[in-house]
Amino acid sequence: MTGTLLRSVLKDSLRSRWVVIYAVFFALITEGLLFFTSGEARAVLGLMNIVLLLLPLGSMMFGTIHIHDSRDFIELVLVQPVKRSSVFHALWLGIVLPFLVAFTLGTSIPLALHGKLLSPLSAVLLLAGNLLTMVFFALAFVVGLTFREKATAMGVGFLVWLLLGVLYDGIILAVTVLFVDYPMEVPTVTMITANPIDLARIFIMLTFDQAALLGQTGAVFRQFYGSALGSIVAVTCLLCWIGLPYTVALRTFSRRDW
Amino acid sequence: MSSIHRAVAMVFVFCGVIVAVTSLTTHTAQAEQHTAKAPNLVGVISAANAHDTVYIDGYHRVSDVVINKPLVLIGRQAVIDAEERGGSVLTVRSDSVEIRDITVKNVRVDYTEDNAAIKLDAVRHVVVASCHIDNGFFGIYLSRSRDCTISDNILTSKQRDESSSGNGIHLWTSVNVRITGNHCEGWRDGIYFEFVHQGTVQNNVSTRNVRYGLHFMFSDSCTYSDNAFLRNGAGVAVMFTRWILMERNRFADNWGAASYGLLLKEITDCHVRDCVFEGNSIGIHAEGSMRMLVESTHFRRNGYAFRILGNCTDNTVTRCDFDGNTFDVTTNTSSSLNNFDGNCWTAYKGYDLDKDGYGDVPHMPVRLYAYLVESMPSSILLMHSTFIDVLDIIERLLPTVTPENLVDRKPLMAPYHGEQS
Repeated sequence: MTGTLLRSVLKDSLRSRWVVIYAVFFALITEGLLFFTSGEARAVLGLMNIVLLLLPLGSMMFGTIHIHDSRDFIELVLVQPVKRSSVFHALWLGIVLPFLVAFTLGTSIPLALHGKLLSPLSAVLLLAGNLLTMVFFALAFVVGLTFREKATAMGVGFLVWLLLGVLYDGIILAVTVLFVDYPMEVPTVTMITANPIDLARIFIMLTFDQAALLGQTGAVFRQFYGSALGSIVAVTCLLCWIGLPYTVALRTFSRRDW
Repeated sequence: MSSIHRAVAMVFVFCGVIVAVTSLTTHTAQAEQHTAKAPNLVGVISAANAHDTVYIDGYHRVSDVVINKPLVLIGRQAVIDAEERGGSVLTVRSDSVEIRDITVKNVRVDYTEDNAAIKLDAVRHVVVASCHIDNGFFGIYLSRSRDCTISDNILTSKQRDESSSGNGIHLWTSVNVRITGNHCEGWRDGIYFEFVHQGTVQNNVSTRNVRYGLHFMFSDSCTYSDNAFLRNGAGVAVMFTRWILMERNRFADNWGAASYGLLLKEITDCHVRDCVFEGNSIGIHAEGSMRMLVESTHFRRNGYAFRILGNCTDNTVTRCDFDGNTFDVTTNTSSSLNNFDGNCWTAYKGYDLDKDGYGDVPHMPVRLYAYLVESMPSSILLMHSTFIDVLDIIERLLPTVTPENLVDRKPLMAPYHGEQS
């Protein structure tokens, strides 16, 4: 059942211009960064900022808008004898998959043209981007399903993005300042792990050699996340960040009175 | 005295001078040439007279050879393989010895004796040139020696751990030693100076050493120039020393959690000029240093370009280019007693309306974030986060926390060395 629904949702998504614009945007910005910045490190820093900041914002906005724009379709489908959960799976996959493909293609083509696609750095950037896309679409579904007003949903979505993307680091800093007399390595590492964007950021930094700058605190982090076990834990944490909001959104979707 | 007597006396004196000169010349002509073939190296050396030349041929399996008279030893594709037998391989105990073109291999690792491939002990005017040292414990070891020259040698070892490896060129309590054109690789410290005066280190390459490329302690009035220190475990350390000139050296790719391009500790009246620091975790780390002059030096792509701690005073940093470093300058105090005027910073956002080549607004090279990291090390995990970038911009507009007097009042608008890609 999910498959049939997914096919129709996908067809609908691909018909929208946004996916193409999204892909072209990533292609242009990656190409621009690789072409204009001297030195790989700077280009990677630029790409990292895009992946950590613009990509979550984009996913959040497209996700909330999508839920509200598909309302007619959802109501129509829910009248039919189908399970609500399969409708939800189809709905989520139908929007996430095109965006994952758009991001991956948009970023890899310029990287491939510059011969940098097979470096571990590109792999980590692509992996982080894909995971963050899924995280923020899942969060977007929670927000979009909880708030019935489209404008409110978008506003709340924006706030969630602002909180995770920008303000959260401010909170970490404030906590560090407040407890400056205590060893803060473990709490900081824990707080960073609890935020998908920070986790992705550290993960990317550990891959390119900026890691050496992280000093003693970084050593704690590198020891753990630099190992194979650590990578698994980091990816698992990000997968949890997809799984939890996804489950919450699914519950909201199943119980909601349309 | 009659004139005839005087004439005879003159003839005698003349003949005496002639005899003396001829006897001298015949004596130098008597300096013989010997050729040492395996296995009788020790025999030939003990049979040779002072100032003789000994050519060494072939493959010798010996160790603990002592040279206690002035000799010239020249290798003709000679290899001395100590096969990890005890003692230093060649020990020089006489002045005016010259050793050339010899390969010395496999020195024994010892935890109580400093075994070296070539050891100079309390000697003067010794030359070691164009030798290869392969798998040494210590390479060339000088103690209590003066006026020696170590040039154009290639020294390699196996990058063992710190405790079981020695230094490439090791100097202890020596005066006026020239070290030129050597290549040191895989030792604990590539070149090591302790209690050395008037030493010159020039045109050497020291790379991939376990600890320091150059390690310098209590060695006043030394010069090192035109050297390259690359990919060493902890870079270069210069400590507890006065009056050093460091010029045209290249410190590059010393990258790691505790790696420095140049570590300066308790240094006074030193001069660093025309050096290049590229791709180091920390370019220069200065601690307890006074009256230093750092000029026309290039800092490129380092993590921390210049880390200057609060106990450094009266230092001048000028005409330097800071380009693409994660942190240009960091410090751990809110006041600084050093002068940073007249440098070029790629991070500078000012303008030059009167076109005099200097920016019209002062530049604060210490980022707020750098200050945060110094005081709260764990905040380094927020590197490259958006919040930090925003905070830095605000601090640049409204400076509140960063050291007020660590400021470049006359920032250069164009790099001192010109544009480089």
